[in-house]
Amino acid sequence: MNDKYNAYLNTTEIPGTGSGILAGIRVSIKDNISTKDIETTCASKILKGYIPPYDAHAVTLLKNAGASIAGKTNMDEFGMGSTTENSAFGPALNPHDTTRVTGGSSGGSAAAVAGGLVSMALGSDTGGSIRCPAAWCGIVGLKPSYGRVSRFGLIAYANSFEQIGPLAANVRDVAKLFSVIAGHDKKDSTSVSKPYDGKVIPDIRGKTIGIPREYFGEGVDRDVAAKVREAITKLEELGAAAVEVSLPSMKYALPAYYVTCTCEASSNLDRFDGVRYGPEPEMNLPWHDAYTKVREAGFGQEVKRRILLGTFALSAGYYGKYYVKAQHARQLIAKDFASALKTCDFLAGPTMPNVAPKIGELTSDPLLMYQADILTVPVNIAGIPAISVPCGTAHGMPVGLQLMGRMFGEESLLNAALAFEEAV
Amino acid sequence: MVKESDVLHIAELADIGISSSELGKFTEQFNAILEYFDILDTLEVTGPLERPLVNIFREDEVTPCISQEDALRNSHNPEDGYIRAPKVV
Repeated sequence: MNDKYNAYLNTTEIPGTGSGILAGIRVSIKDNISTKDIETTCASKILKGYIPPYDAHAVTLLKNAGASIAGKTNMDEFGMGSTTENSAFGPALNPHDTTRVTGGSSGGSAAAVAGGLVSMALGSDTGGSIRCPAAWCGIVGLKPSYGRVSRFGLIAYANSFEQIGPLAANVRDVAKLFSVIAGHDKKDSTSVSKPYDGKVIPDIRGKTIGIPREYFGEGVDRDVAAKVREAITKLEELGAAAVEVSLPSMKYALPAYYVTCTCEASSNLDRFDGVRYGPEPEMNLPWHDAYTKVREAGFGQEVKRRILLGTFALSAGYYGKYYVKAQHARQLIAKDFASALKTCDFLAGPTMPNVAPKIGELTSDPLLMYQADILTVPVNIAGIPAISVPCGTAHGMPVGLQLMGRMFGEESLLNAALAFEEAV
Repeated sequence: MVKESDVLHIAELADIGISSSELGKFTEQFNAILEYFDILDTLEVTGPLERPLVNIFREDEVTPCISQEDALRNSHNPEDGYIRAPKVV
């Protein structure tokens, strides 16, 4: 495979077996999803050489459906980033313009699909990590409802937000891959029994689409906003009704997300000390010193930053000010979405406030990088499903239309996305 | 206002070594990020958090698990079937 986009960390091929619906289809897998006997690093030096002894549940389902595994894709280390530049193994490159980023954190999966190396890939979405690279690489990406896809074998970063989900060049392939991975798994205590039958049909007529005014506010590029407005007009032409709505608690979304995800990261990443896997600690040193050295050398800057921020936000005297307030904000945001989705079938807006930036443009200032997630994190906070569908270009780069649906409403969300895709 | 000594203390709690150049940079960045988080403090908390789901249990069934050999495969020089770790005392 000629991987000119640095989309892969490992291109080991496992041929598919059987005659399931993915027979003959090559699927790439983000490198934070465990694959038995295939190195799984989360794009981190601290997991270099780690060989999982088991498959993630989603990978077992792919294999059972006959898919062949076409390799492990590049990503921001542990999923922490919005450009795939935080990979310890170099950034993935955007197939539309290799001087630009793919978006992240599932950037390798998006580049592999957009670059024509595979037709489908699995990613994971904690705060936009499927939808962002799908939008910036001009493909389709679905963040499922929380609980609809098993997280067993997904190496945890912020487990109360994240879901494994599909990326593909078109809505039908996304629906097909989603039908394989959705469903209950006893090994994930947050898993629900909501399988998906994969029967996607173009259907938007008579639906009400809410347009949250916050999705077209400050910081959203004018050309991107105009392109998404055009897409909404197209949805109206197809028989949908668009109404303006408001999500007043959205101003808390980004801080609530970053407080919660860094707190969860500080706990989840505690396990990486080199003892059971990873670089060998110096056995003759006292354990705190040994682990401190392993983690200093093994983690990249952004991972260190998030673990430290989370440790700080959970420490005595700050827990009430940050973590507890973030959980209350989270509840308000979820209620805003539930209320808007009572009268509307979907909400629509841009997936990302800008098009893919140049490599290096966002890396110097972490806050600037975090702000790129403003339109994707609210969905993870509310737990609802959302899909990014290509809707043209701005500044010569792809723009994504984001459709957000009711909890466990992937069926009608995919149908609406297909209706749009077929009309443009 | 977070000081360099606070960041050093947090790094110690998290068992993460940071260099002196990282220390200055992280301190500066944390202050900018925490200032951005301050809007959370304006949120009026009116009641306890709602928790619609609490403790979902499954049946405790015996299922196959990975072998000892597989569990030790990624560790360094395991001894008598045990994982070796740095000294604790």
